[in-house]
Parts: sequence; structure tokens; C-alpha cells
Amino acid sequence: MEERKDEAPGSRLQAPESRLQAPGSGPQAPNQEARSPKPEDTGVDRREFLQKCGVAAALAWVVRVATAEAEQRADYKAAEHLYGMVVDPAKCIGCGRCMEACKAENDVPADPGMCRTWVERYILTTDGQTIVQSLDERGPNKPAVDETRILRTFFVPKLCNQCAKAPCVQVCPVGATFTTPDGVVLVDKDYCIGCRYCIQACPYGARYLDPRTRTADKCTFCYHRITKGLVPACVEVCPAGARIFGELKDRNSPLARYLRFSMLQVLKPHLNTEPKVYYANLDGEVR
Amino acid sequence: MSDRSSDPGGDKRRRVPQQVTRLLVLFALFGIALLAARHYLVPATFGQMGHYRAAAIPQNAAQPVKYAGREACADCHQDVIELHSSGRHQFVGCETCHGPAAAHAANPTEVKPRVPRERDFCPRCHGYDPSRPTGFAQIEPASHNPGQPCVTCHMPHAPAPPTLPASCGACHGEIARTKAASRHATVPCTRCHEASEQHKQAPRANPPTKPTTREFCGQCHARAAGASSGVRGPESGVKSPEAGGATPDTGHRTPDIAIPQIDMSRHGQRFLCWQCHYPHSPEVR
Repeated sequence: MEERKDEAPGSRLQAPESRLQAPGSGPQAPNQEARSPKPEDTGVDRREFLQKCGVAAALAWVVRVATAEAEQRADYKAAEHLYGMVVDPAKCIGCGRCMEACKAENDVPADPGMCRTWVERYILTTDGQTIVQSLDERGPNKPAVDETRILRTFFVPKLCNQCAKAPCVQVCPVGATFTTPDGVVLVDKDYCIGCRYCIQACPYGARYLDPRTRTADKCTFCYHRITKGLVPACVEVCPAGARIFGELKDRNSPLARYLRFSMLQVLKPHLNTEPKVYYANLDGEVR
Repeated sequence: MSDRSSDPGGDKRRRVPQQVTRLLVLFALFGIALLAARHYLVPATFGQMGHYRAAAIPQNAAQPVKYAGREACADCHQDVIELHSSGRHQFVGCETCHGPAAAHAANPTEVKPRVPRERDFCPRCHGYDPSRPTGFAQIEPASHNPGQPCVTCHMPHAPAPPTLPASCGACHGEIARTKAASRHATVPCTRCHEASEQHKQAPRANPPTKPTTREFCGQCHARAAGASSGVRGPESGVKSPEAGGATPDTGHRTPDIAIPQIDMSRHGQRFLCWQCHYPHSPEVR
């Protein structure tokens, strides 16, 4: 449509000139002759130019989409994986390296109240009390009670349980949190409205509101690492081997082996959330 | 009812009342508005895989990696990996101590990972804590060789407890343990005590020598006449007369701390050194 409109004034301008040069010929033929030298000067016809533009834009879009896909996915097929983790509290030494690494890897605010993973110190006292303290990854941590009052004490690392029936996913009013085909519960930061329903709904306290973006945030099992074949940052740095990460579907993975040979529990099983983070030989006091 | 009873004509019955047509038009407009709003407000990939934006998955996966993983370290640092794989720290990742190293792996010459030598670094794992599992190696940082960096005695890539001369420590365990965690940790027992071979068979009949004079301690701790400094660094060459070196038989590095020195003529003239200072743990208390 635009082409034709543009052409019309052009032909009107060119016509008299051509008529002077070749009076015998019809109006259509000289028009074409007069027009032909012009494109030769610039090298491209307008129609051709627009067509090429269109093709180039389409190509650029295809290339951009293709490279973006390649960058993010490579040959990764989410449906072929199902991730899980085993935490062995008996091995945890409470050094806090996992918390430190998680904050560095995922750019989590330094505020000790905002953690994607954290370590709790359980103290069972001689008079029957149970005291739970969260560690601060930055400072020296001392038990809250005098050592003479301690009956038993141990550390329990905690993180998002990546529930198969995640309450946080159910309550999100906009669909900004979801379970991926490989079993990881993620947050869509661009779509989250920051209403905090999910923070309220999580029975494990695994979520927090990022004050910079005003969106909910949580452990992603380091989704950007596991899709590249790496293990989550907390698993990478744990010096005691208290966290075992791997495929739940693959019978040969170290995780599956650990699952076969250990006594396992999940946190708050009565809530029927079906977590994919298992705890080996967990003490009954741990909630 | 009225329609049926009056029955004025077929055309009248077939005609849709005006208010209904208006309502239908309104509904149609509303429906179109709803569809248009949905088209513009619902994100492009929403609902493709579930009740969420499918594009959020690659978005999450595109986050940059900061911890390279221990396999990445093995590409260049094969010698350290070999040493590391035989020691007690073999299951400890490189980045547990050296910090996130993906930037270093991408640009090895310009970006260097941290090399922690601070005194308070190792106790984060090995400092005593009652909640740590039984049997895990722990020390009390306040009394375990205070002031010394851990790497003076322990090799972090393949750590092992430092050994003491068993001939003394076998019987004098308490002294050996006290001394091992003191400023004199690297000074061998034989630097101050001469024990004959018979001492091992009949210890009480053949007691080892003990220093008897202030001048013995002064060999290391006396300030040279005219010297203004109150301390002497390890570079000034403190030689043990028997062994010809400050720390020959322990295999430890000479401590980096300067040796405190005093003016013998003015510092506690009437007293012997060990009346105030306990030589096996000589920190000033």
C-alpha cells in the first residue's frame, strides 16, 4: 500500500522529463526508464530495500531468540531431571560456609534475616527445654545456654524444601511462583507483585521479601548452576559433606544411593507438602 | 403470557426487543474489551507450561555463576589437587576456603581468589563448639598457640596434627601439650634441657638439666648493649648452641613474631626469670 502511494508522485514528476527525451513512447515505458537509473545510483530499490529490511529484522529476531535459547538451555531438557537433596545433620559442623556461599552466589542481601539457606543450632537442655538458635554466618556463634546445662546439641542446615505440593505455589494470586518440570520451585521476579502471601504460606519459613526489588525470594537449588551440570553453591562449599545433591530419578546418582541406604525423614510430614529435601537420621526435636 | 393471549402478528413476536439488542451489543463490546485486555495484559508465554510465565525459567537459569566448582580448579592446579586428594581435607572444596573463583577461572592473571591466612579463619570450622559432631578436630583458639597463624604448623591442603618429639612428650605429655600451644611451640625441649640417654631408663636417678642462671634466658631475650629496640626479629639469627638453629628438629618454620628482649641489668634484678615467667607457656599473664 505504502509503496504504491510513494510511487504515484514519483511517476508524476518523472513523466514530463521522459516525454521530452522520447516523445514517441507511452507514459508507462519512459517512467520505468527514468526510474531505473535512480536505483542504480543508490544500488537498491525502495521496495527491495523494505523487503530486505523485513527479512533482516526477521532473521535478527530468529537469531536473537535462538542464541538466547542456546545460552540458557544448551542441550538441557528439564523433563528428564528431578532434583532433590539430602541433609545429614550429624555431619554439619555449623561453620556457616553454606550461608556465606549462598549469599555470594545469589546476591542475597547481607541482612541476617534474609537467607535462602541457614543453619539452626538445636540445644536440648538437662531440664527438658529445646532451644533453637539461628547462626550468623559473619560472626562467632556461641550457644545460648551454659555448657553445663546442655544435654545434647547439634546443627541442622535448612533451606527451601522444594515441595512437590508447595503451599507457596498454591497461594500465589498471579502465578509468579511455580514448580518447574525438573521439580524446582522458582519465583518469577518480573511478575511477582510482592503481596507476601507465599511468605506467610511457607511452613518452613524459607521465603523472604527482597527489599531492593520488593519481590519474594527463595532458594532455587541454584537453578542457574544445576542446569549447567554444577551442584548448588552450598553443596559445593560444604566442608563436612552434610548436603548431598543429585537426581532423584537416576538410580546411579549419589543421592539415590544415599536415599536407599539411610533412614530418612522430611520436615513437617503431617502437612503433606511432599518435600524433595530429605533429612537423614533426624532428631525428633527438629521441627 | 400477554404475547400468547394477544397474538397481534408473527412479525411482532419475531422482533427482538430494543433493550435486549442494546444489552447484547453492550455484552459483545464488553467481551471484546475483555479479550483485548487479556491479549495485552497476559504475558506472552503465560500458560504455555502451566499457570506461570514459561519465560521465567530461562530467566532464572541465566543468572551468572560465581562458584566455579572444584573441577574447574583441577584444570590448572593439578599439583595442589594431587596433594589435596590424599589429605584429611580431600572432600573440602577449593572454594570453601578460597571463596568464589569463577571470575578467577575466567581471568586467571588479573583476578585472584582469596588466600586466607588470618588467625580467625580456620577456627570457624575447627574452633571448639559443643554442637559440633564428636570426633571432629577442634581447638580452643584462645589457648592454642595464640597469635600464630595456623599455617605456621599446619599445611591446609593436607593437614595433619604436628608431631612432637615423642621421647619427651611420651612421659611429659602435659608439658608437651602446654608448650605446643605456646609461644615456645617451635623451641625443642633439648634447647633448654640436656637429658642423657639414661634418663629414659631411670628418670629420677638421671634427671635432665635445667637452666640455672638468668643469663641462659638472656641468650635469646637479652637486649644487646646500646641497642634501643626492645624486640629482636627472627632475622637477627638466634642460634641454639647445641643444634645450630632456632628450630632444627621440629621441622617447623621459625615463628614470624619478633622475640621480646629486655635490658638484663634493669629487668627484675633480684629474681630468676622463671619465678615470674613459666617457660613452657611464656605469655605474660
